[in-house]
Amino acid sequence: MSDEPGPATTNIPDDVETPDELDPESHDSAVEEAAKRTPRGIPLRVDGLRKEFGGITAVDGASFQVEAGSLTGLIGPNGAGKSTTFNCITGVHTPTAGQVQFNGENITGLEPHEVANRGLVRTFQIARELEEMTVLENMMLAPKHQRGESVVRSVTPGLRRDVVSQEEELREEVWEMLEFFELDHIAEVEAGTLSGGQRKLLEMARALMTDPEMVLLDEPLAGVNPTLEEKLLERIHELREDGYTFLFVEHDMDIIMEHCEHIIVMHQGKVLAEGGADDIRNNEAVVEAYLGEDVS
Amino acid sequence: MSTDTDTESRSRLVTDAGYIAGAMLLLYIVFLILGTLQGYPLEGIISSLQRVTFLVAVYGLAVLALNLHWGYAGLFNIGVAGFMAVGVYTSIMLTAPVGASPPGLGLPLPIGIIGGMLASALVGLIAGLPALRLRSDYLAIMTVAVSEIIRFTYNSNTFSQYTGGASGFGSIPPSPIRELFLQDASSIISEPTALGAAVFGFMEFPGIGQLEIGRALTINIFSTLLIVVVLAAVYLFLVRAVNSPYGRVLKSIREDEVAAQSLGKNTSRFKLKTFMLGCALMGLAGIMWFGAIGQSSVYPNAFRPEITFYIFIALIIGGAGSNTGSVLGGALFAGLLFEAPPRVATILTDALGVTNAPDTIIGALGPIASGQLTPMLGFLLDNMSQLRFIFVGVLLIYLIQRRPEGLLGHRSEIAAATDLSVRPSQSKGGETDE
Repeated sequence: MSDEPGPATTNIPDDVETPDELDPESHDSAVEEAAKRTPRGIPLRVDGLRKEFGGITAVDGASFQVEAGSLTGLIGPNGAGKSTTFNCITGVHTPTAGQVQFNGENITGLEPHEVANRGLVRTFQIARELEEMTVLENMMLAPKHQRGESVVRSVTPGLRRDVVSQEEELREEVWEMLEFFELDHIAEVEAGTLSGGQRKLLEMARALMTDPEMVLLDEPLAGVNPTLEEKLLERIHELREDGYTFLFVEHDMDIIMEHCEHIIVMHQGKVLAEGGADDIRNNEAVVEAYLGEDVS
Repeated sequence: MSTDTDTESRSRLVTDAGYIAGAMLLLYIVFLILGTLQGYPLEGIISSLQRVTFLVAVYGLAVLALNLHWGYAGLFNIGVAGFMAVGVYTSIMLTAPVGASPPGLGLPLPIGIIGGMLASALVGLIAGLPALRLRSDYLAIMTVAVSEIIRFTYNSNTFSQYTGGASGFGSIPPSPIRELFLQDASSIISEPTALGAAVFGFMEFPGIGQLEIGRALTINIFSTLLIVVVLAAVYLFLVRAVNSPYGRVLKSIREDEVAAQSLGKNTSRFKLKTFMLGCALMGLAGIMWFGAIGQSSVYPNAFRPEITFYIFIALIIGGAGSNTGSVLGGALFAGLLFEAPPRVATILTDALGVTNAPDTIIGALGPIASGQLTPMLGFLLDNMSQLRFIFVGVLLIYLIQRRPEGLLGHRSEIAAATDLSVRPSQSKGGETDE
C-alpha cells in the first residue's frame, strides 16, 4: 500500500508492498512538522493510488504529496493519468486501491461534496459554469452551509431574516471576489454567454467562494487567450501568497516550469519524477517520456 | 438594502398579479361570450365561469408542483397523475365515513388533506430513493411506471374492498364550505347556518328562482374561492422557497449536477427532499382537483397518464422555471385549450345547422368527393373533445420550435433572497439595471 516517494527528488515507484522504512517515516514527520508551522494545515497526501477501468489501469500506484501553501504542478503526457488522479482525489471516482489523505484524514472514497466540504475543491478541464444562471448566482451558490439551503428556513418568516442577512454578507464577499478576478462588469449576465477564458476565471472565483484550503486546478489555462492567461496566473500567485495551496494540472511544460516550485511528473499512471524545475529538466526519464520534446 | 429587495420583489409580484389578472379577464370574457352565444341562463353562465376558475386553480396547483421538479431541479417526473391519485385516495380513505362502502376512517378533513400530502411524499420517497440515483431519462421511465402501478393498484379487484376498485370511492366528503353554510351538509335545502344565511342572502342571484340552484352555485363559488386561496398560498410558499439559496442549489442541479457536487452540495439529498416536496404538492393538487367540487366519485381512470401530459404542456406554455408562468400556463391551457374548444364546437354546430353528422371518418370523407363539405365539418365538430388534443400537439410543436422558453421562461428569475446586484463596496445606489 504505502509506497513512499523519496523526499522531493526523482522517484520511480516500484511495486506496492514496500515495507515502511525509517526514511519515509522521518520524511512524514518532517512534512507534518512543516505543516504545523504553516498557517493553513497539512498537505494532501496520495499513497499508492490505483485506478482500473475494466482492463485498463489509468493510475498505477501513484504516490505524492502537496505541501501547504505551495503551487505544485502535475504534468504528464496525454493519458498519463493526471485527470483520473484528480477524479480519485475529489471523489468523482473511487480508487481501486491506495489512499488519499487530506489534513491527516483519510478521504478515500468520499463523495465529491464531502471532499469539497473538507476544504478541497476543484475546477474542471472543461469549465462547468452553470449556463442559465447569472455570474452572481454562480458565485452565490458556492459558499458552504448557507442557512437558506433549508426550505423551512427560507420560507418561515422569522427564520428568513437570518437567511437574508447571511446572504447580504456573502453578497459582499462575492462582489469583492468578482472585482479581484475582474469579472464584476459581467456580474449580471448569464454564465452561458461568457467567453471561454471568462468561464475559467469564473470557475476559479466560484471555487474560492467555498472558502477552501486547497484548490485543484484542472488545466485552468486551456482555451484561454494569452492576456487572460497572464491574468489568471497572476491571480494564482497572489492567492498562493494569501495562503491557499494549489495543485495545478497542465500539459504545457513551460508554464509549469516557470510557475510551480514543485513539480510532479506522471507517466503511464505512475509518478515518474518529482522535484523542482531543475530536477525535472535534468531527469532523463522525463526527457524520454516526453520523447525528444524540448524540456529546457 | 433589504428595502430595495422588498420593493423590487414587490413590484415583480404586482406585475405578475397583473399577468394573471389579465389572463383571467381574457378567460372570463371568452366564456361570457360563449355562454351568451349558447343562450345560457344566468346561472349557467356564472356556473361556467366558476368551472373555469376551478380548472385554472387546480391546473395551477399541479403545474406549480411540477415546476418545482422539472422547472427548477430538472427532475423529469412524468408520473404526476399517480402522485395526485395517492393524495386524493389517501385523503378520502382517511375522511370518508366509517360506515360507507368502501369504508373510511371518518377523520376530520384537515387530517385527510395532510395525510394525503404525506402519503404522496412517502410514495415519492420510495420511488425517488432508487430512481434519483439514475440519469434523468430513467427517472422519467420510473415515474411513469410508478404512476401506472398506482392506478392499477387502485383499479385492482384484490383491493376493491378498500379502494372501490374500478368504480372508486363514491363517498367524497362534502366541501367544507357546505358544512360551513348548512346545518345539515348532506341536504342542500336544510336550514342554513347564520353565516350561510347571510351569504345566501347576499348572493341572491336575480332570475334564479330555485333555492337549490342558487345555493349549490353559491357553495361551488365559495369552494372554488377556497381552492384559489390554496393556490395563492402554494404560490407564495414556492416563490419564497426558490428565491433563496435553496433555489440556487436546485437550479445548479438542473444545470450541472457534477458542478454542484464539486462545490460541496449534497445533490442527492436536495433532489430527494425536493422530489418529496413536489410530490406532496401534487397530492394536494389531486385532493383539490378530484376530491372537491362537482365530483361524485374518485376512480382510477381519472388518473391516466394523459393528465400528466396536460400538466406538462401547461408548464411548457407558461415557461418552465417560472412560478408565475406556471399559473399562467395552467390558466391558458385549462381555459382556452381544454374547456373552450368543445363549447365552440357546440356553438358552430348549432350556427351552421349541421345535423346528422357521420359517425366515422369514412362517412365524412365520402361526400367530399361530391363536393359536400358539411358532413366532414359535422364530423370534426362532433369530435372536438378529441380533436382539441391535435390542436394542443400543433401548439406544442410550434412552441418548442419558436418559443421553447414559454411565455415567461425567458425572464431571468434570480434565485436569491436578496437583490444580488447591490454592490456593497462601491454602491452607487441606482446602478441596478432591471
